Amino acid sequence: MTGEQIVFLVVAFVTLFAGLMVVTTRNLVHAALWLVAALFGVAVTYVILHANFLAVVQVVVYIGAIAILFIFAVMLTRRDMRDQGPQMNKNWWFGAVLAVLTFGGLYFLLQGWEGMTKTATSYPVGFDAISELGNALVSPAGYVLPFEVASVLLVAALVGAVYVAFNPRNGNSGK
Amino acid sequence: MVPLSWYLIFAAALFSIGMFGVLSRRNAVAILLGIELMLNSVNINLAAFWRYGDVHLMAGQVFAIIVFAVAAAEVAVGLALVISVYRSRRTVVADEIDMMKW
Amino acid sequence: MSFWNDPLKVAADWLLGVFTAWGMPELAANILIGFLGVLILISILMVLDIGLVWVERKVVARFQDRIGPNRLGPFGLIQPFADIIKLMIKEDITPAGADKVVYNIAPMLSMMSVLILWAVVPLAPTILGVDLNIGVLYIIAAGAIGTLSIIMAGWSSNNKYALIGAFRQVAVMISFEVPMLATLLIPTILAGSMGTAAIVEGQDIWYVLLAPLGALIFLVAAIAELGRAPFDLAEGESELVSGYNIEYSGMKFGMFYAGELLHAFTFGGFWAILFFGGYRFFGLEKVSPFLAIAVLLFKAFIGYWLIMWVRYTLLRIRIDHMLAFNWKFLTPLAFTLIMVTALMNALLSGTSTWLYVTGMFLSNVLVAWGALEIARSYSRRERERIEGKRIVEAGH
Repeated sequence: MTGEQIVFLVVAFVTLFAGLMVVTTRNLVHAALWLVAALFGVAVTYVILHANFLAVVQVVVYIGAIAILFIFAVMLTRRDMRDQGPQMNKNWWFGAVLAVLTFGGLYFLLQGWEGMTKTATSYPVGFDAISELGNALVSPAGYVLPFEVASVLLVAALVGAVYVAFNPRNGNSGK
Repeated sequence: MVPLSWYLIFAAALFSIGMFGVLSRRNAVAILLGIELMLNSVNINLAAFWRYGDVHLMAGQVFAIIVFAVAAAEVAVGLALVISVYRSRRTVVADEIDMMKW
Repeated sequence: MSFWNDPLKVAADWLLGVFTAWGMPELAANILIGFLGVLILISILMVLDIGLVWVERKVVARFQDRIGPNRLGPFGLIQPFADIIKLMIKEDITPAGADKVVYNIAPMLSMMSVLILWAVVPLAPTILGVDLNIGVLYIIAAGAIGTLSIIMAGWSSNNKYALIGAFRQVAVMISFEVPMLATLLIPTILAGSMGTAAIVEGQDIWYVLLAPLGALIFLVAAIAELGRAPFDLAEGESELVSGYNIEYSGMKFGMFYAGELLHAFTFGGFWAILFFGGYRFFGLEKVSPFLAIAVLLFKAFIGYWLIMWVRYTLLRIRIDHMLAFNWKFLTPLAFTLIMVTALMNALLSGTSTWLYVTGMFLSNVLVAWGALEIARSYSRRERERIEGKRIVEAGH
């Protein structure tokens, strides 16, 4: 077992544990903080995969923006900061069964696929994945159209979120 | 080296955990948390396929970046909806948001 | 290759020789040497941090026409050590209603978010933690962890003032990350790389001459990110007592405080690295790496001094004014500036150096002038509207 494998296993187990805590913790702020831990684990996984740009973007976007947004939303949607009542709906066992079945099914499907045991070719020395990625994102032969559509989607989401969450009664008349 | 299968099984497990969260939590914000886990597991797969395929083909990373954008948009709109519902109904429990039932 | 030309490599090679002679496998020895390097860097930073306490207190005193600490030791130099002893022997309180784990993790994260920034600081041509090819984004990522630590501190303290302070601070930090990221892209465009080392190497002409407005916006965004005056509404003493760290005492508070000081110094350093040539100063960096470090520290101190100057001169701004300033003025301005910089860079890159520098400089001045004109006409209209309203009200 190499060092990389040990690191991967540790990160994977920490991430999965954090993920389990996200879906089972009663306290929602804790759930959001566990989500941060899980997302950080995913970022480390990207580093192991040599996808440095994705790792940093993961930290910036998910931990810096999305997780903070979640924490804000949790705090804004509770009159007092405690949790009342059950956190699971009454069909939670059905969800659990379905989740286990999904994992089993995916595992079974993947076992039958011949590319499953593939090992990576060694990472090319001096390969600049970031400029390659940048070129791919903006070149017409690459992915400029999906990239532009994604930015339009973001603007639409921004406008939509402001519109939906805007409260005309005590909105920013400001005077 | 880590074999590809480890990444895929890891991602599958994370996906299942996220799905459990989506299916079983009552709080709408917690359901969104589960969706985030599912999106992340997909991203792990995309990055792993990029690394284990030809690293000069950037499709995996590009797709992962688009997923980031979609996740950000989804969270922004989703949480705005949750806050809006909370304002009018004083609840974020998904079972109790049932105005469209009748 | 002597010690004076490349101290880091010589030391690492020597240590590797020692460790392998002890029978340690090479990989383990390399990992150990990496850890030792991090430990030494962090230790130096913490010692520097103690010095910063003294510098800050002395400089504040000068700005406020006082003398500052002057009792302990020459020029009060022993004062920060006394401060530390005081912080250490203070009772370490965890409030009864606090969320204990989160409450105790928050100060560590706060300190960590500053220390990890130094991994990408190029101290000298050969002395650099990691030559990350995404160094510029890494700065923002570290800031994200700082944001998280503040919200954790504010929430877990179980105190209304702490929570409101944290909300305000996080709102400010998230908002000002946008213009900051935008201005970080300007050195990226000019150097053609996101790595901090490449950005310093690319500054044959300091980028402050090519993008003076970018440097200014970066400084404003950095001050906001630090939560210092005039952006210190998170700790507005008059209404919030002290902000997100109100419940912290002893060394836990000390970690927030030290983290804030070091953060300010670090941003002074990044300002120097991104816009003022980092360790470069008319070829001095080629003489010796130690001289290069001295140059960088000197420039960082100038940036830090500027941040302090702003802090102790300007008044606190109200939160809605500040967010409006960010979203309606600074962010559009930063984005315009990126576009103009990219365009001018592409147009002028083949021409002579003089034309290039003047063109870039003038385009920056033009953008700044245009932005100020728009802001002035807007404020004139706003003033007329309010004054006109007041006259109508008085008439009734």
